[in-house]
Amino acid sequence: MSDTQVCCRYDGSFAGFLCCVFDCYVNHWEPVEFFSDWDERLSLYPEQTVSTRRAEALRVYRSLADRLGPAGQRLAARGFLTCLEERELWLWRFIRKGYRQGPSVVRELTDPTVDQILRAVRNLEHEAHSLKGFVRFSQLGEALVGEIEPKNQVLPLLRPHFCSRYPQESFALYDRTHRKILLHQPAKWAILPAEDFQGGTPSEQELYFRRLWRSFYHTISIQARYNPKCRMTHMPKRYWTTMTEFQEDSGVSLPPTGHEKTGPQSGPIHKVFPSTPPVSDASSHRDTDGPIPSGSHRNRSAIQY
Amino acid sequence: MELLDKLNILADAAKYDAACTSSGLDRSGRPGTIGSTTVAGCCHSFSADGRCISLLKVLMTNVCVYDCQYCINRRSNDLPRTAFTPRELCNLTLEFYRRNYIEGLFLSSAVAGNPDATTERMIEALRLLREEYHFGGYIHAKAIPGADPLLTHRLGLLADRLSVNIELPSAQSLSLLAPDKKKEAILAPMQQIRDGITVSRQELKLFRHAPRFAPAGQSTQMIVGATGESDRQILTLTQGLYDRYQLKRVFFSAYIPVSSSPLLPAPQGFQPPLLREHRLYQADWLLRFYHFRAEELLDEGQPDLDVRLDPKCCWALRHLEFFPVEVNRDDYEALLRVPGIGVKSARRILTARRAGSLTFEGLKRLGVVLKRAQYFVTCSGRVMAGLRVSEDGLLRRLLTLEAPTLAPPPPEQLSLFPSTSERKEFPHV
Ligand code: SF4
Repeated sequence: MSDTQVCCRYDGSFAGFLCCVFDCYVNHWEPVEFFSDWDERLSLYPEQTVSTRRAEALRVYRSLADRLGPAGQRLAARGFLTCLEERELWLWRFIRKGYRQGPSVVRELTDPTVDQILRAVRNLEHEAHSLKGFVRFSQLGEALVGEIEPKNQVLPLLRPHFCSRYPQESFALYDRTHRKILLHQPAKWAILPAEDFQGGTPSEQELYFRRLWRSFYHTISIQARYNPKCRMTHMPKRYWTTMTEFQEDSGVSLPPTGHEKTGPQSGPIHKVFPSTPPVSDASSHRDTDGPIPSGSHRNRSAIQY
Repeated sequence: MELLDKLNILADAAKYDAACTSSGLDRSGRPGTIGSTTVAGCCHSFSADGRCISLLKVLMTNVCVYDCQYCINRRSNDLPRTAFTPRELCNLTLEFYRRNYIEGLFLSSAVAGNPDATTERMIEALRLLREEYHFGGYIHAKAIPGADPLLTHRLGLLADRLSVNIELPSAQSLSLLAPDKKKEAILAPMQQIRDGITVSRQELKLFRHAPRFAPAGQSTQMIVGATGESDRQILTLTQGLYDRYQLKRVFFSAYIPVSSSPLLPAPQGFQPPLLREHRLYQADWLLRFYHFRAEELLDEGQPDLDVRLDPKCCWALRHLEFFPVEVNRDDYEALLRVPGIGVKSARRILTARRAGSLTFEGLKRLGVVLKRAQYFVTCSGRVMAGLRVSEDGLLRRLLTLEAPTLAPPPPEQLSLFPSTSERKEFPHV
């Protein structure tokens, strides 16, 4: 009630956000805005810079499971990956409500806050599900390489799917929107920030399979049932930019990115493979989004999306 | 012949089969192999006709000794003929799969020589794919009626899903248009597959490593609009197939004229009955997920579905005595009967009303389509504010809601309903 209204500035990671929650509770702040480090906006509210501390993040993350139940914890973690506007603020309200109310908060389907987050998470999950199908890989050198332009941060959700699908392959999947890359080699994976990404030039063989696929794609359609609207409903145009069947090959790979957003900084990854990628081994999977290594599934401290 | 040409011919020959789903089985990838499957299935693309592309759908060969009138591959049709070698097919499948173009293979075949020889060639390709290429993705194989049951069994051990096409909705139509096929010859493998699946499930309970026979179940399809059966006949048959053969899916395929046989509708000016197909799929969803029975939807007095309105609305209009349903009290079964409430929103209603009583505003949040549902529900005894409507008025209003779907050119605009893809979401029917 008498809490001071503040703007939290943090590093943009989930761990950082959890630290904001921690600090707000400890200091009786009422956050009204959340800005990331690289955000150039200025707040009208007093700014509090929140540093990211693993121990505190972990404490909050665990408390989510204890107080909101596993479903509530999962909703919060996934909620952070969504493209919901002011998602931190919605999540803050959700977490606060959950702390007061307990695990039943996830059943409050008609509550505006819970509803917002559920919708956003459903949207994230739907996008991830669509992309499981719409991702296209190219064989470039020794590795399979693909790029996507999702609205939500889907890589953590796509990761288990593609790692299970291609246990023997080296592959890289670049998220142009959020400038992150999923790297995989047999029994190892990592999701890392990557400012820039260049796949490489496709071989004759690669171009040949693209041709075969495009040809199949056009043949399989039945003229008498032509229905572009229906196609668009199931597969909106925004996905087409990275799909092989809608591209022409002039010997180049995928089209360049067309946006200028700045994200978390890191060194450019120009050639990911075949030089050994910075992939940690299976026992200590690294996910830069998590405060905590997310390798072992039995590990209570691992963030599960 | 170049591989590209073969692919074009054999995909073109396979495209009239409606099934392209990769659902029904969860299998994660294992080290040393390639591929996994997920129970919900996965659409990898959508073709210009709006149908889901999930599998590499091709024929092993389009050389056929039969002469089914409705089929583009019939013996008497003048077409280029070709066949894949097992190795070509394996390479294609694997390279497409690695690039994430597809979820697996849908292998069917015309009858080259005889059913046994045809099935053997399919088995050879699938064996190679599974054993030598260690492919763990989805395989849907078509069982060839008339093949030795032992061969069909071997096919089922390699594939995830098997299907036998019932082709036409009645035995008369079948003997008229596909004189080489007998109803019994189609039902026999269906029965065999059903029993094979049951036995395999029991064995798996006892031994974890027992061989799996068609673990993603079986499906079938029939052509609609080539012959004169009513929707009632079609739906009754569909229900019978679900009940008796435990099919996962029955697919309907609107007839596309591929022949000028006098036994079939004349191709000139023929419009494939896409809207009818769409209504049949909606009715099929009602059978599978909404606990409706075929005889509730159609009877002698009303043998065909109303193409203007979805079958659930039609049922509701004929059973106004059943309504209104009280969303804060009535059970799941009753909620499922309300137009505008789907399987998901019905479940959400059950969850949400435990936390407090529901209002119309709340229903909207739960994903209920109030435009439809408002006429059929009450919230704590109250109807939606400002709602006053007579019985005729009701029909008219529901028709206007459908109008955008039916706007000219009628059949081409349907997009409400994922008819050929098994998607996770349930449509509101
Ligand atoms: S047996 Fe099959 S491929 Fe051959 S004509 Fe009949 S339906 Fe067509």
